[in-house]
Amino acid sequence: MAYVVPKESFNGKVLSLDFGKGDKAVSIGGENTLPFLSFEGEVPNRPLVACEIQDCPPDDWPDTVKNVYKDVSADPVTWAGYCRDELKAKAIALRLVSTHPDRGDRSAEDAAKTIKDVLAAVDVPLIILGSNHIEKDADVLVAAAGAASGYNCIIGKAQEGNYKTIVAAALAHNHKLIAMSELDINLAKQLNILITQMGFDKEKLITDPMCSGLGYGLEYTYSVMERIRLAGLAQNDPTMQPPILGDVGMYVWKVKETVASEPDVPDWGSLENRSIAWETITATSMLLAGTNLLIMRHPAAIGNVEKTIDELM
Amino acid sequence: MIIIGEKISVIAKKVREAMNARDPKPVQELAEAQWKAGANFIDVNIGPAEENGEDLMKWMVESIQEKVHSPLCLDTTNAVALEAGLKAHNNEWGKPLINSTSNEPDRFVMLEMAAKYNALCIALTLGKGSLPADAEERCGIAAEIMARAAEFGVPMEDLFLDPLILQVCTMQDQARHAIKSVKMFQELNDPPMKTVVGLSNVSNGVPKEMRSLIDRVYLTLLMYEGLSAAIMNPLDKELMDAFKTTDVFLGNTLYAHSYLEM
Repeated sequence: MAYVVPKESFNGKVLSLDFGKGDKAVSIGGENTLPFLSFEGEVPNRPLVACEIQDCPPDDWPDTVKNVYKDVSADPVTWAGYCRDELKAKAIALRLVSTHPDRGDRSAEDAAKTIKDVLAAVDVPLIILGSNHIEKDADVLVAAAGAASGYNCIIGKAQEGNYKTIVAAALAHNHKLIAMSELDINLAKQLNILITQMGFDKEKLITDPMCSGLGYGLEYTYSVMERIRLAGLAQNDPTMQPPILGDVGMYVWKVKETVASEPDVPDWGSLENRSIAWETITATSMLLAGTNLLIMRHPAAIGNVEKTIDELM
Repeated sequence: MIIIGEKISVIAKKVREAMNARDPKPVQELAEAQWKAGANFIDVNIGPAEENGEDLMKWMVESIQEKVHSPLCLDTTNAVALEAGLKAHNNEWGKPLINSTSNEPDRFVMLEMAAKYNALCIALTLGKGSLPADAEERCGIAAEIMARAAEFGVPMEDLFLDPLILQVCTMQDQARHAIKSVKMFQELNDPPMKTVVGLSNVSNGVPKEMRSLIDRVYLTLLMYEGLSAAIMNPLDKELMDAFKTTDVFLGNTLYAHSYLEM
């Protein structure tokens, strides 16, 4: 008897969304099967990797990744242009770090100007991220959403403590929105319900269940993402069908393995290889758990992940 | 679990009057309300409809599906009327469900219709003569119906076995037998047979204010045993809340604080 490959099919489907403008616009999600199991269903879009940049020089990034951008990171427009021209970035994630009260406390108006400058100069689809300060993000992201009006960006992150104003701004300026909760699938579902109850279309939503680095809680993130995907596909739970975000870079480029020098830990080998591998493995794990959109920092790690996606698609 | 909304029934005065007057509005409103409340099928009970049954069922199906894009459960003993309903049914939103065949010879024709029109079919485990005494007797009848369905060419996955729910106020033991039947029916086939109940029969005859409580507790017990579908009242909020909560406990729905609002 010939071997028949067992196949699982699901009633549910991951929602797809696009962001960006014109022929640069990109789409994510849309699959009705678990990650990369294209023999079981449809996988219309490949996972997307966005290059992370900041609105100020990345003084707190470890040297391995900071040095890559040392000639361009003084100015976000230059940095974004480098990502487009040299790295061929399909999307860029601009983090408004300097708006954080402890990191410069720049105003929402300043942030809006930065957004306008970047959007005017670089036509790559843009993800606009706050500084992850609940109160400040509520001001900054509202101004940023207005500044980016008409550019079909992704803005984030809306959290339990600030989602109302951010959702209203994303709604008013027709952006996509990242909803973030802290490593708890039930809270992730609850936040998505609350956001859609405000009249925000679930087809414009992205779920960020919070990332973590290899060795620092990756298995929790992996498990939550996997269960979100299964709830969306197997239980056909509409609140769990938005695409998933893995905000990998910021969780990787601070752990000991990406920072500790070779003289300090000679057994760990080359710092550069080690830290690039750390981001690569963390991001690849997220892909296998069901992530549709990754935010990453090191070009070599991004290259590794793109190669893996090529092989798995 | 599949919810079959029970509100459109010839027994209800408002529905009966609308049927007689061929006034689509009350019927359409009931269909829309049940659909919005979470019904997956809308039951269309026109009774025996001995006069103009054919025309009535066709009119009902078309009137309802004009407003509600869901499959219908065609509920009549009149095979001619049923066939008219199956012909009129828009299968774009799912296969129709026939309510019902049984082990009585005059109901065999329903299986023939199910095969001919590629419809789902409810099978009441009721034979000629007295009511089945217990779950074992119901399984015996179910096996006979299943064999007959196979002869007619109705796939087992299109058949919903109904243990026949009786009134708790007069036949208390039967409530337990029906729960056991739901469990045992599933074991009659691999993959397991599907099951369905007419839920509100259990509370027939009890004081009105107790009906919802009795329905929802009974539904919970049946769901625990793996019930696949229930003909019930989706407009009963407390019943629907119990249904959603049971789904959380059974792991069919992911918990979130607002799960009742979904």
